[in-house]
This record gives sequence, C-alpha cells and structure tokens, in this order.
Amino acid sequence: MADLTTNIGKLVMKNPVMTASGTFGYGEEFADFIDLSRLGGIIVKGTTLKRREGNPYPRMAETPSGMINAVGLQNKGVDYFVEHIYPRIKDTDTNILVNVSGSTIDDYVATAECINALDKIPAIELNISCPNVKEGGMAFGTSCTSAANVVAAVRKAYDKTLIVKLSPNVTNIAEIAKAVEDAGADSVSLINTLMGMAIDAEKRKPLISTITGGLSGACVKPIALRMVWQVAKAVKIPVVGLGGIMNATDAIEFFLAGASAIEIGTANFIDPTVTIKVIDGINDYLERHGFKSIRDIVGALETA
Amino acid sequence: MDSSNPCTTLQKDMRKYLLDLTVNSNERLNGNYILMKFTSEERLPDMLPGQFAEIRVDGSTTTFLRRPISIHFVDRATNELWFLIQLVGDGTRKLAELKKGDKLNVMLPLGNGFSMPTSAQEELLLVGGGVGTAPLLMLGAVLRNLGYAPTFLLGARSKKDLLQLDAFETYGQTFVTTEDATFGEKGFVTNHTILQQKKFDKIYTCGPTPMMKAVAAYAAKNGIDCEVSLENKMACGLGACLCCVTETQEGHKCVCSDGPVFNIKDLKWQI
Ligand SMILES: Cc1cc2nc3c(=O)[nH]c(=O)nc-3n(C[C@H](O)[C@H](O)[C@H](O)COP(=O)(O)OP(=O)(O)OC[C@H]3O[C@@H](n4cnc5c(N)ncnc54)[C@H](O)[C@@H]3O)c2cc1C
Ligand SMILES: Cc1cc2nc3c(=O)[nH]c(=O)nc-3n(C[C@H](O)[C@H](O)[C@H](O)COP(=O)(O)O)c2cc1C
Ligand code: FES
Repeated sequence: MADLTTNIGKLVMKNPVMTASGTFGYGEEFADFIDLSRLGGIIVKGTTLKRREGNPYPRMAETPSGMINAVGLQNKGVDYFVEHIYPRIKDTDTNILVNVSGSTIDDYVATAECINALDKIPAIELNISCPNVKEGGMAFGTSCTSAANVVAAVRKAYDKTLIVKLSPNVTNIAEIAKAVEDAGADSVSLINTLMGMAIDAEKRKPLISTITGGLSGACVKPIALRMVWQVAKAVKIPVVGLGGIMNATDAIEFFLAGASAIEIGTANFIDPTVTIKVIDGINDYLERHGFKSIRDIVGALETA
Repeated sequence: MDSSNPCTTLQKDMRKYLLDLTVNSNERLNGNYILMKFTSEERLPDMLPGQFAEIRVDGSTTTFLRRPISIHFVDRATNELWFLIQLVGDGTRKLAELKKGDKLNVMLPLGNGFSMPTSAQEELLLVGGGVGTAPLLMLGAVLRNLGYAPTFLLGARSKKDLLQLDAFETYGQTFVTTEDATFGEKGFVTNHTILQQKKFDKIYTCGPTPMMKAVAAYAAKNGIDCEVSLENKMACGLGACLCCVTETQEGHKCVCSDGPVFNIKDLKWQI
C-alpha cells in the first residue's frame, strides 16, 4: 500500500478522495453500495441559514457526456441539519464536511458559526460559486473584493479548516484564488459547475425551469484541469480539484496538475461505487510507478 | 409464471443492489416496444410492485446517465426480471440491440412501490396508459396472490400500442380503450363504460401525465383512494441529487426516493 494520507489545513484524511457536495446526499444514500468509512471525506449538500425549497421542476437535463442542473440549494436549513441530520451521520468513520451557502455575508457567517459548534465536523467548504440561486451564491465568487469580504468575515467566526469553493464562471480564477488565500482560507476547491444551457428544439423551450443551469460531468474535465493547474501555481495553500472525474486516471491527472485532494460528483450517479474504485486505482498507479506517497505526484506534471 | 411475492407488508428502505444481470430474451413487441427478460446466477433480490431500476446503457456520449425503468414483473419460478420498454431515444434503442447472454448493469430496487389495499378496500382498478402499464402487471400479480380480483383498464393510442394483454388477463378482467377505435372502446380510459358499471374502492394508475390527471380527477370526484406513479427526469435515482422533485403538500419531494408512487391527496395537482 502506498501512503494515501493527506492533510488540508488541520484536516487529516486517510486518503485524498472526497465526495462533491450535492451529488452524494448525506452519504447514507450510498451506504448499501460502498463502505463509507473508506472515503477520505464526505461533503454534504449545500446548507443555508434558512430552509430553501429550491427551483421548480424540471431541474436537470442530460447533455453530451454531462448534465445541467438547477437544483437551487434545496435544503432544510442549518438548524434542521444540526438537530436531525448531524446526529444521524456524525459517527460515520470518515470526515464529514458541510458545504455552506448563503445570500448575504451575515447568512454565511451565522451558518458557519452553527457548524463551528459541531465536534464531528472538522471543516467546511464555503460555496461562493453556486450558479443556481438568484442572490448571493456565485455573485460572491466572481469578484476578488466580494470573495475576499465573505471569506474574511467567515474566517473570524470559524476556527477549523476553511475550504473555499471557487466558481469557474470567471475570467481569471487564479486572481480570485489569491484574494481568497489572502483573506484567510486554508484551501480552495474547484471547480463548481459551469453555467450552461439546454434547449428542446422540437418544443422550442428550455429543458430546465431556470433556462440556464450548472454543467457537470465528464465534459467539464479539461476546463477543470486547466483551472486547477493555474490556481495551484498561483497560491501556496492546498488545492482540492474536481470537475468531471469519472475514474482513477482522471483523478491522477488532477494530482499531477497540482491538486492535493480531489472530489467526485456526477460520477456517483453513474456508478455508486466509483469512489472506492478511484481510491484503489490511485494506489495501483502509485505502486506501478514506484511512488511511496500520494504527495509525490502532487504538481508533478513534467512540462519541459 | 410464478409471481409468489413476499410482499404482504410494504417494506420501507429495502436494501439496494448493484447487479450485472444476463439477458435471457429480448423480444420486439408491435414494432416500437421491447420485452426484456433478465436472469442472474443468484436469487434476484426482493422487489415490490411500483419500484424501479436504474439501468446503465454504456458506450455513447448521449447516454451518460442511467435510465430509470419500472419493474414489469418478477418470475420467481425462472428467477427472471422483466422490463417493458418503449423505444424513444438513444438509450432505449441501444437496449433493443442486446442479445441473449449479454450483461446489463442495474441498480435496484429503487423507490417505494404501490401500497397494499386497506381491509375496507375490495374492488381495485389498475389504470395504465401506453408503456405506463409496465408496473401494473407485477402489481396485479401480487394483488391476485393476496386474494383480490383486480380489474385492469388499459388505454393506448392505437391497437399497436397495446402491450402484454394476455399477461394482464391472467391476473384479472381487462378492459381496453384506444383513441382510434382499433381495439376495445373508443376514447380515453376515463370514458370507458366500466367506470359507470362498477364501483371501485381504490385506483392505481401509471401512464402519461394528462391521463393520470384525468384518472386522479375522476377518483377525487368520486371519493376514491388513488395512487399515481410519476416519471420525472432523474439523475441519481437514490434521493441524493434532488433533481427529480415534485410539489407536494409538504414541499418538494424526490420522485425517486419518496415516490415514484404518490397518493393524489399528497400532490398539488389542480384536478
Ligand atoms: C420511475 C420511472 C420508471 C420508468 N419506467 C419505464 C418503463 O417501465 N418503460 C419505459 O419504456 N420507460 C420508462 N420510463 C421512462 C424512461 O426512463 C425513458 O423513456 C428513458 O430514460 C428514455 O431514454 P432514451 O435514452 O431512450 O431517450 P432520451 O434520448 O433520453 O429521450 C428521448 C425522449 O424521451 C423523453 N424522456 C426521457 N426520459 C423520460 C422520462 N423519465 N419520462 C418521460 N419521458 C422521458 C425525452 O424527453 C425525449 O423526448 C420510466 C421513467 C421513470 C422516471
Ligand atoms: C445535482 C447537483 C447538485 C449540486 N449541488 C451543489 C451544492 O449544493 N453545493 C456545491 O458547492 N456544489 C454543488 N454541486 C456542484 C458539485 O459539487 C461539483 O462542483 C460539480 O458537479 C463538478 O464536479 P463533477 O463534474 O464531478 O460533478 C452540485 C452538482 C450537481 C450535479
Ligand atoms: S434522481 Fe437524484 S434525487 Fe431523485
């Protein structure tokens, strides 16, 4: 066995493979298919201060090698999470991370404070990149100033590991990453979904209720890889890479581009056991190439 | 056909499986439909009528996600699982090409099935439209096994869209409507004379949404308990992604994990 242990800030993981927010529920949904304790971490659904009903149906359209979603952060609010969901999942033998979303800085701070009080949640992923809500969400993640402001405010209220999830819907993602690093983030994760659109030509209608939505799946991988590469060169904090990872080889590409850990999202829908296959596949790759540790391949892309 | 099914009580949160099933037969019906029968070396897991499977159709960019398909029938004598499928796009057309011996990866059983009648409910009507009749065969078989005499009312556009009539007839009296009068009574299911002749205590329905809404309106008007099976677009099939929601009295609920079967009194249908 190669050494797969990975640290992100104060977060210690048995391996660098986590599940992406919004694609893995609270983990329980997949418990019939895999041993959840083998995962490096589970990032649960985007959680907001107040309950949100999300967007009207239809919320999903399949696109070539991917899908567009417009769920719109449907969740029952942080109080419900703390009272009802947390007690159910807190003893899962892996890291449980909460993806925190909001419409105002005060919302983000209040939600992060609630989560800070939970012993068994070692880190949050601050979602400043959701393309599917009218207010806040992605708006925070598309300018350096607003990104830095929300991260600085949450940093004051939250003392465990703070990962900030970046939007790919920007011109220069490295600049945003640097602003977020300067504001006190322990790590950045990228990418959230890309703004996209799908049309039913026969009916001359959009395929999802919000017209535009977030594109994910295999088709986004080349863009995600490029952005991880650009960000990893620009910041000193560890980068968590995601976007279109379908198998172990895809994951290895993200490590080579500079990611210290990865997340798997849409691929869970196609194969609910994919996370375990990726963990095993990373180990095989390291052994096959004679590397002792996953850390040996982070940023090891040979460009000369 | 042996349908002896262990489901006298409805189990919630049944264990789900990821299985590679083997095609036993793949038969074309009336041009645009297929009846697929699968088997497995192991005993097929328990499944309830109204539950569904998520099928993986490999090998092209347009069939990226799994495809949800209802459990049509489980034959315990032959250890066979049946699917009844309409060919509408790339995924279903690829399924039509599978041959005996080919493997198919399925995730099942998913969702909650139809609920069994209460002790006061005697006369049961199962209304299906088009390929939406699929889950009603297993439901009829299970009800028959429990000692009921279910009535089927099946609607289709034309005679060529009527499927599995012989199979339905083994489990109950079967009435038919076609829109073009090529078989049975002419019109929609809600126009059939059986609805005037007999009083039903519970209606189960699956088919195109306009048909289910008409059936639900008939049930509501006559004070009949009614369950519908919805077919929303799905990504995960497991209640994890929240893509497949429908509006209910308690807000958005997932069709894949809270449904696909809902009682009409829980939905917000304008009927
Ligand atoms: C719980 C559930 C049970 C189902 N059971 C059956 C079944 O037993 N037999 C069967 O033939 N079909 C069933 N369906 C519908 C089936 O899933 C779709 O027809 C199938 O996914 C289409 O795949 P495709 O690749 O062939 O077509 P696509 O290329 O994906 O689509 C072709 C056309 O079909 C329409 N379509 C796609 N998905 C759906 C859907 N979920 N509902 C309605 N229209 C859709 C598309 O809008 C498009 O117009 C069920 C759906 C659900 C949600
Ligand atoms: C249905 C769905 C729901 C999502 N919900 C969230 C969310 O609540 N919060 C968030 O930060 N990202 C959310 N995402 C984005 C994913 O976490 C991930 O960033 C994106 O899908 C790209 O990775 P992938 O290609 O591996 O899926 C969602 C994605 C999907 C497909
Ligand atoms: S399809 Fe994912 S929640 Fe229903």
